[in-house]
Amino acid sequence: MKHFSLGKAFVPVVASVALIYLLLPIFYVIAFSFNDAGRNNITWRGFTLDNWTNPCGAPNVCQAFGNSILIGVVATIIATVLGSAIAIALVRYRFKFRSTISLLLFTPMATPEVVLGAGLAAQFLLAGVEKGIGTVILAHTMFCISYVVVAVKARVASLNPAIEEAGRDLYASPGQVFWRITLPMLMPGIIGAALLSFALSFDDFIITNFNSGTANTFPKFIYTSALRGVPAQANVLASMVFIGAIILVIVVQVVRITKQKRLARQ
Amino acid sequence: MAFTAFSATAAAAPHAPRKRSWTALILLAPGIAYMLLFFLAPFIQLVITSLQAPADTGGIGDYVAAFQFSNYAAAIQEYWPHILRSFVYAVIATIAGLIISYPLAYLIGVRLRPYPMLQGLALILVIAPFFISFLLRTLAWKQILPSEVIGTDFSVIFGLTYNFIPFMTLPIFASLQQLDLRLVEAGSDLYASPVTTFRKVTLPLSMPGVVSGTLLSFIPMSGDYVNASREFLGSTSTPMIGNVIEASFLQTQNYPLAATLSIILMAIILVIVATYVRRSGTEDLL
Repeated sequence: MKHFSLGKAFVPVVASVALIYLLLPIFYVIAFSFNDAGRNNITWRGFTLDNWTNPCGAPNVCQAFGNSILIGVVATIIATVLGSAIAIALVRYRFKFRSTISLLLFTPMATPEVVLGAGLAAQFLLAGVEKGIGTVILAHTMFCISYVVVAVKARVASLNPAIEEAGRDLYASPGQVFWRITLPMLMPGIIGAALLSFALSFDDFIITNFNSGTANTFPKFIYTSALRGVPAQANVLASMVFIGAIILVIVVQVVRITKQKRLARQ
Repeated sequence: MAFTAFSATAAAAPHAPRKRSWTALILLAPGIAYMLLFFLAPFIQLVITSLQAPADTGGIGDYVAAFQFSNYAAAIQEYWPHILRSFVYAVIATIAGLIISYPLAYLIGVRLRPYPMLQGLALILVIAPFFISFLLRTLAWKQILPSEVIGTDFSVIFGLTYNFIPFMTLPIFASLQQLDLRLVEAGSDLYASPVTTFRKVTLPLSMPGVVSGTLLSFIPMSGDYVNASREFLGSTSTPMIGNVIEASFLQTQNYPLAATLSIILMAIILVIVATYVRRSGTEDLL
């Protein structure tokens, strides 16, 4: 029994240490968004709200942030449409080269980003395409498609085909079945995939660095200003994204739990 | 998580109805064309670039098509310490990540199972780092860790481990969440010690998660160049192969070298992953 009690304490202790390890840098980033730092946000110089009231105060930071949002939104829209279509086809239809196509979609996720970035950059170089926001969008869309396919595929596979059959039995056209039954039922999976895709694009640095030329993004801004010291405004913008995302996740969770409870009561 | 999802959904496919294939073609064509154009073609271009030779003009960034296979020998000869360092770092950081992540995943997936609210909260905490720039988080460690440590092997491995904890924890959590606790009970009913029960029941049943998690961490870790760069947690004595690829492509414009090292990196990963997956007996994952 001695072993058992030791084991009992071991798991919570190690897990707590792991959580502190995970969350400590987040607290640090948020805390230093309130640092009265001036240009050097490395040592603590006192509390201020100035950075929060003027998040665009540092040169280029909001422009880079805006570029990241633009790239994330466009790449997410393209990747979600193309990826969802592939996911539906992969689960619902039989065709030649099915496993080859799966492999083609899966390999980018198992390739280090530096290889994906260098390959695309070599291709743009050969094609004489000037690197900028456009090439970053093309690059992000590529790796986002893979993740969208995986996420949406799971949702398509869990759909009950009987509901669509019922629609057909009631003389709905194939188009009506798709738009009024299949797509609404897939929506939670598609929205989840889109959020994942946006998050991946927004935070990507490695592939972006290879394909952005002189165009700036938020991660690239942080990387290039790392040596001189990242301005506190970058911490403010990152904290805003963090707080917004956490609120979104909590709201989604609460809605899900109350929905389940309501269904259980019925 | 991707690996888990991939294997889980592939199994559901045989139920798929056969339908007119032109619909499938319309659904597939744009996305597949995109992937051929922006994933496969660049990959082939990388192989072609890796065999290029310097142009006679001698200008920076000027290369001509060739089949100069000696690029590979030269790259390995010059950069084997970087290649070796990358994989040593990645292996150590993967093992460290596993040691930290497994108890965390166990706590959330098994101990917290009777408390859905707490479980949900713990999961949000594990996912939370994804919502804040990973560059800022890595940079935060540069300030939190004692300055004597920065720029050493330790700080780079520390940063790599940190960056990929969620990628390790989530797949292990996913497989532990499905663990039937009656099997663990059965183990102790049969007088197995908790350690034996863990080794013979819990661990083998969570292997798919462990394999996914280690691959999802190991592959990106071995190509990472942020942690080991001088601006972040590294120094001139810690460059990984990713740093060399980045510098030769974007700074010295030695495209063949960058391409050659990329292909070498990819080839080594392929061999390691194939061996590992076969050894761990979970080939059906891929």
